[in-house]
Amino acid sequence: MNGTLEVALRSKRDRGQKLLVPYVTGGLGPDWLDVVRAVADAGADAVEVGIPFSDPVMDGPIIQQASEQALAARTTPQSILRALREGDSGVPLAVMTYYNVCFRMGHRRFAESLREAGVSAAILPDLPLEEVGPWAEVADQVGVESVMLAAPTASDARLRRVCERSRGFVYAVGLLGVTGVRAELAGSALVIARRAKAVTDKPVLVGVGVSTPEQAREACAEADGVVVGSVLVRRMLDGGGPAGAADLIGSFRAALDGSA
Amino acid sequence: MPLADPTPGGYFGDFGGLFVPETLVPACLELEQAFRSAWADKAFRRDLDSLLTDYAGRPSPLTSCERLSRELGVAVMLKREDLNHTGSHKINNVLGQALLAKRMGKTRLVAETGAGQHGVATATAAALMGLECVVYMGEIDMHRQELNVFRMRLLGSEVRSATTGSRTLKDAINEAMRDWVASVESTHYCLGSVMGPHPYPWMVRTLHEVIGREAREQCAARLNGDGCDGLPDVVAACVGGGSNAIGIFSGFAGTRTELVGVEPAGGAALNRGAPGVVHGSKSFLLQDEWGQVREAESISAGLDYPGVGPEHSALASAGLARYEVVTDEQVIDAFVLLSKTEGIIPALEPAHALAWVVRDRDLLAGKTVLVNLSGRGDKDVGQMIELLR
Repeated sequence: MNGTLEVALRSKRDRGQKLLVPYVTGGLGPDWLDVVRAVADAGADAVEVGIPFSDPVMDGPIIQQASEQALAARTTPQSILRALREGDSGVPLAVMTYYNVCFRMGHRRFAESLREAGVSAAILPDLPLEEVGPWAEVADQVGVESVMLAAPTASDARLRRVCERSRGFVYAVGLLGVTGVRAELAGSALVIARRAKAVTDKPVLVGVGVSTPEQAREACAEADGVVVGSVLVRRMLDGGGPAGAADLIGSFRAALDGSA
Repeated sequence: MPLADPTPGGYFGDFGGLFVPETLVPACLELEQAFRSAWADKAFRRDLDSLLTDYAGRPSPLTSCERLSRELGVAVMLKREDLNHTGSHKINNVLGQALLAKRMGKTRLVAETGAGQHGVATATAAALMGLECVVYMGEIDMHRQELNVFRMRLLGSEVRSATTGSRTLKDAINEAMRDWVASVESTHYCLGSVMGPHPYPWMVRTLHEVIGREAREQCAARLNGDGCDGLPDVVAACVGGGSNAIGIFSGFAGTRTELVGVEPAGGAALNRGAPGVVHGSKSFLLQDEWGQVREAESISAGLDYPGVGPEHSALASAGLARYEVVTDEQVIDAFVLLSKTEGIIPALEPAHALAWVVRDRDLLAGKTVLVNLSGRGDKDVGQMIELLR
């Protein structure tokens, strides 16, 4: 049985729409929840909310800085989930965090906390296939979709297993590197999207290094959609607020709809 | 009975594993295969042995400390890893990993460093073998270990500062892993301790087992009088990530010798932490109730780390080794004591192991204690000038 996120993304994709999932660091500034609502209103199909972690090895300088600021403001997984429970954004939500946050809370408690907060899915970038088993089993039971990352370094056989284990969507890592703003879309983004699409009918979204509406449109030549993180968080760090975030995500939406 | 090998998934008991971004998983799996094949290859082992002998200066001596032993009422012996080329045990590991990197066709090394000993050793191996090398070092550590920063640059390596978080070893590891995520096709991550994702904890231990092997033989030859069985009563070593400790423990595992690791009070993961996952493996970790990693605070940049190698967590949990904690003040006293009684200036890291012997000398009275003197103190003299002023 497919979860809320996958059902929502599939149905839009099957209607020919390209998918847009912005990433917002939870706890970054007093108005981060307004930013979540604003990007939802500006056309996001789902929103990825980062629970900041002290040692984000998959993140570049922008999300590192955002995580540090959010943690310095005493953000906890609990404070983020409590806010999400109370602030309905009207679109499916996923949290992105590192495995120790989930491990420390305990798999079941973490999964149930997400469900109670109305969060559909979890993305844990340092929990690969080799280690995901115990968490994935609990997540499946509780009804939380555990999104897997597909990287350019995976063999075809491995990619197939990653896609099989993924719930919600497949997060195709667009380049060899950590999150951040890049001047151009890497060629590897199109390749990994094409390879993943060849082995799964789950929605395939490219993330990491998708920084402009034009790059998003380019990626969607192969992918079903994109995850847009650092460029949005940069705007939050620069004080863009909900209006600035909505403006940015609106421009991505327009570019994707133009190509659909 | 030697130390146990990890499971195929890289677990020592409940600890270890492969918790890295998906991008790095194939590289870790490839590294494991490459190391297994190299280790089984006589030519590789011969090349490494030659380097350890003719370049690094092995075997390192075993020194019996007469004046210190008299003063403490404990027979203290030192395994002199401080006399290796580059001044610490770190060279054992990097020569092996650099040879392996070349064998794998990699052209570039990245490494993290705390005190700079692993960074200097990696820069040395890179110079020797003609590999490009980038070393990440916390901004605070670059300041307290200026001399080693200069050494690495002199050896032709680039030193990049880690400017986020605690700006020490933990953050240098984060930066090295981020580099590796982006450069994995050309680059080998030359990790400096028995930590990180599988196969590192096992591979780095294997490369340091030479310490234990030599020490066991040297003890057998030295401790051969009446009623002696050739074994020390205790082997003690400092533990940050824990590579020098696991190296010397490996020679005495399964014997009557008691294995004691010594942690700094400001970074005592095993004594004051809880199981967690960071930097690729599950192990004891200093963290808050939400799993955020705490910042360690130790006088010693090399032990200033909130985690510990997973095998130490397994040894502690199984009761096969025990782990003590000493304070910065005790370490400074031990640093001075060894200098004055034996004419050996230790690095601040192994001074932790000595500090435990000094503190618990009454409990150890009449016993024979082998301390792994994992590095020399030249790098710490500048810091000690300030501390002793």
